[in-house]
Amino acid sequence: MRLRSQGESGTLSRMPPVIAVEHLRKTYSHHVVAVADVSFEVERGEIFGLLGSNGAGKTTTVECVQGLRTPTGGTVRVFGLDPRTSSGALRGRIGCQLQESRLPDHLKVWEALDLFASLTPGAADWRTLIKQWGLAEKRNATFSSLSGGQRQRLFIALALVSDPEVVFLDEMTTGLDPAARRIAWDLIEEIRDHGTTVVLVTHFMDEAERLCDRVAVVDKGAIIALDTPRGLVVRYDPLEQVVFSAPDEDMDWLQRVPGAQKVCRRGTRMVVEGSGPLLAHVAAALVERGYAPDDLRVIEPSLEDVFLKLTGHPVEV
Amino acid sequence: MEQRGGGARVLLKLTWIELKLFLREPTTLVFTFAFPVVLLFVLGEVFGNQPGGTDRRIFGGWGAMNYYVPAYIAVVTMSVGVIMLPARLTGYRAGGVLRRFRASLVPIWAVLGSQVLAALVLGVIGSVLVAAFGSLFYPVHVPDSLALLAAGFLLCAAAFAAIGTLLGAVMPSTRAAQGAGLMLFFVMLFLGGAGPPTGVMSDTMKRIGDFLPLTYGVDLLQASWNGTGWDGSAALVLGVILIVAGWLSLRVYRWG
Repeated sequence: MRLRSQGESGTLSRMPPVIAVEHLRKTYSHHVVAVADVSFEVERGEIFGLLGSNGAGKTTTVECVQGLRTPTGGTVRVFGLDPRTSSGALRGRIGCQLQESRLPDHLKVWEALDLFASLTPGAADWRTLIKQWGLAEKRNATFSSLSGGQRQRLFIALALVSDPEVVFLDEMTTGLDPAARRIAWDLIEEIRDHGTTVVLVTHFMDEAERLCDRVAVVDKGAIIALDTPRGLVVRYDPLEQVVFSAPDEDMDWLQRVPGAQKVCRRGTRMVVEGSGPLLAHVAAALVERGYAPDDLRVIEPSLEDVFLKLTGHPVEV
Repeated sequence: MEQRGGGARVLLKLTWIELKLFLREPTTLVFTFAFPVVLLFVLGEVFGNQPGGTDRRIFGGWGAMNYYVPAYIAVVTMSVGVIMLPARLTGYRAGGVLRRFRASLVPIWAVLGSQVLAALVLGVIGSVLVAAFGSLFYPVHVPDSLALLAAGFLLCAAAFAAIGTLLGAVMPSTRAAQGAGLMLFFVMLFLGGAGPPTGVMSDTMKRIGDFLPLTYGVDLLQASWNGTGWDGSAALVLGVILIVAGWLSLRVYRWG
């Protein structure tokens, strides 16, 4: 009786997470620690980002979640199942786009989609996917004849062809030109809007900022921060910068503008760093003293600034 | 039940794709299908098919082409097994094709099974070509027992497929697999009874031949084609090879 009522209240109060990772650890040959201690949960219907430099442990982490690698320690659950032992039950429910993989050289685009669709009975129509991902005219092209960007788009389409409940995208826009990146971003948002959970592994700040509902910042095999992109900025780098061109004279009075914390000159420009309605105060003070710069603007702190602050190094490409 | 049905469908789809991929590779295609026929043509032109026309001991009392046609059916299964299969399997592992399959949770038995099934189909096609060539251009008599010949062919093809899968599992790279495959192929071709017949071999050659799987494949198929019945000891050797190599490759095969 007690057990059942507990179960009922559990399902009522909160949906179980799609992915639950607790104290994941992965070492190679006892010396190399790829993942030191990683815990996180991914909720249904969100785009969850793992952001970090190459070698930070992002890919190893998702490969453990996908069941491609055996963790050295900790537990991994996908839909409550262990991906190492329940591959049959998870087939079709998860879709993966891997960072390094290939198809047979002479395999045609449509054959690959048709094959992967046949793995799951309720698969999505690959004819729609082939159009969405701009591969319709490459339908009969062999894998070896595709460009890097076309291969990448084919792999994303293959990850989605089983109409999965959760999809893993590992550096999905690597090799895509800027226009194709934007199209990919729109399509990923569309996928999420249809209820698919997305796990996005990336080292692109703009991609994480634009797409992710929550971002885990990964560095040296551990998650050092986890929040919404906006939340990370507010928590770790709340200062904004007001920038304008100014003549080469003493402007120390800017220190006294309400909210200003730091004033410095950068070439022909002045930079006022601080918080609050800083732009309004700076503008008022400038006008009061007879200045009217025509390029007065605010630079919002970005995820990149947060990343630098947290890890002490820029993202390595 | 439903999952098993789905698995069988995936297996057949993968096999069909493997066969199409094979047709898109001209070098393997020529080597597998044309090479045995060309060799058979040379042997046929040199020896003809008169029983007793040459020294009776050389071809076991059969006409030379009655000796060689079943032998080259064994060669076709060997070619598919030790040359095509290992190159394909190591290539898939090194290139990340297996990773791709595995991430989509394609069962490993379906991947290996499709390779073996495709090899079997190619073996049948190659054997029909060899047999058709022999009976069209030289008066090779029809097989004495089609049933025994079919059983022998299946056993022989399965044993070489198992050897090929094992090579594909243990060879570190495609290049290594191709090298080892070609070496095995030519050593067996010349010393396994498909080149000089056993009747003219020196003792040393015969002793080496005793260690080569092709020798037993040739013996088994010749016996069923030429009416000496089922060669039990050759079948036993091939059966043991099939079980040991098959078991080992399933144990050793890594996803990569």
